[in-house]
Amino acid sequence: MAETLATSRIPVVSYLVLDDGDPHLAAWRCAGCGALFLDRRVACPSCTGDEFTRQRLAQTGRLRAFTIVHRSPTGAKTPFVAGIVDLDGGGVVKAHVVGVSPDPASVAPGMRLRLTSYPVGVDGEGTEAIGFGFQPEED
Amino acid sequence: MSEAVWVVGAAMTKFGRYDDLDAFQLGAQAARAALADADVPIRDVGVLAAGCLQESNNAGQLLLRHIGQTGIPCYNVLNGCATGGTAVRTAVMAVKAGECDVALAVGMEKMGKVGLLGVSHRKAERFQPTGPYGAVMNLEGVVGTNLMPAWFALIGGEYADRYDGVGFEQFAKVAEKNHAHSTLNPLAQYQKPFTLGEVMDAEMIAYPNTLLMCSPTGDGAAAVVVVSESKLRTLGLSQQARAVKVSASVITSDPYRDGGDMQHDTFTTTRNAADQAYETAGVGPDDLDLVELHDCFATAELCHYDSLRLCEPGGAGDFIDSGAPWRDGRLPVNVSGGLLSKGHPIAATGVANVYEVTTHLRGEAGARQIDGARVGLTHVLGGGVNGGWTTVVHILEKAAS
Repeated sequence: MAETLATSRIPVVSYLVLDDGDPHLAAWRCAGCGALFLDRRVACPSCTGDEFTRQRLAQTGRLRAFTIVHRSPTGAKTPFVAGIVDLDGGGVVKAHVVGVSPDPASVAPGMRLRLTSYPVGVDGEGTEAIGFGFQPEED
Repeated sequence: MSEAVWVVGAAMTKFGRYDDLDAFQLGAQAARAALADADVPIRDVGVLAAGCLQESNNAGQLLLRHIGQTGIPCYNVLNGCATGGTAVRTAVMAVKAGECDVALAVGMEKMGKVGLLGVSHRKAERFQPTGPYGAVMNLEGVVGTNLMPAWFALIGGEYADRYDGVGFEQFAKVAEKNHAHSTLNPLAQYQKPFTLGEVMDAEMIAYPNTLLMCSPTGDGAAAVVVVSESKLRTLGLSQQARAVKVSASVITSDPYRDGGDMQHDTFTTTRNAADQAYETAGVGPDDLDLVELHDCFATAELCHYDSLRLCEPGGAGDFIDSGAPWRDGRLPVNVSGGLLSKGHPIAATGVANVYEVTTHLRGEAGARQIDGARVGLTHVLGGGVNGGWTTVVHILEKAAS
């Protein structure tokens, strides 16, 4: 029975590493040119090299652009702030911007952000999916 | 240098809702009208390039069942919202390659009222990592967004952050303009003007794109007939006089950019296509009399002013503020009403913009005619959920008389 199973956790995407309480993002780094990819490529689309290493990405970064989604066909809670984040030291990700009001006056490109993680769902076996977002970095 | 390719027939259905016609019947209406316009029978067509995003498998063959099943090669093309442009490009390529003297390009789509494009969440029995990112659920609304109005909001937002004088109001002015232009186009899905205030106060979909800054779903079709120079000389004097020269026909895909998988890079693929087209045609942006570009969302049109070099680098805000892209401005953009108001039946769009420019170059655009138009540019952009962009640009010129 599902209720008797110990609760386990799974990252919502494979580039989120839960790592016992220190969640972070990780990318595949091209050994030839240093390009970063969140998914596994056969060869690098930039330099065509085919050796990749795993690289931990920074938990902090800068908001490049944002939108506020008011209508979603998926049943997601709206409105929500979605952004593109340039991570310190390399890597670009899309994510929710959390801990801000969904109002253009409360969000600005260039704002400093820090990774945060939280449960985003549970399956029929009781496994919890852990997602991530970025919140304003505290000084 | 290979001989020139000419547009000798062009037509489109009115865009809108067609409860009683399917995509292929709509395509047949446009195709037969384009062939009649060219005064070329379907028996003379050597290659068909057909696009229909939602029913792409054998769209051309199913179209021929309505217009003449002559056994010709059918190239069913698919490139997202650039599908129609790809069909035109394929037809031009077939003629240029000497595979045929006459080629037909048709884009047709029946979308119905599908609403905002996307996929619903459902509860998983067991989380199973799938796809390139090992996602255990639909990431939409969970890890940021992949909705189209939002993609283009993010692209516009980055542009607005990078350059002065670009904001919500400039984006909204694009929609104000295109809705106003559509009032003169009887083939547009909507022909209703809105004030800037009405555009900005409309329901917010994905900031800064309001409902009136998003293209609608709809049904429709468009077709063009292209011929070789030698075939043109065998046509009637009227067809020769009305022929429009394809001075450039260019398709590009998106080159590698750091972070381009997350923040879609629609700029580079469009810039590359435009530059190739200008070089091939031997014309520059200052030579253009009108442009039909891919305003799927108002934020997209503003960015394309820059990527197509219609304005100074970083100057798209000034360009719209100055009134330049209005039909009475320095460089009219989307005098058809654009995707925002003419409509965007996906695969029809990239053929319909060739119809629009051709009609102006022929001096046959009626109330919306841009007087004295001699050179025009068409642009479409297509992509998918994980990026992967296509741009098609055509430069068309009025025949020297």
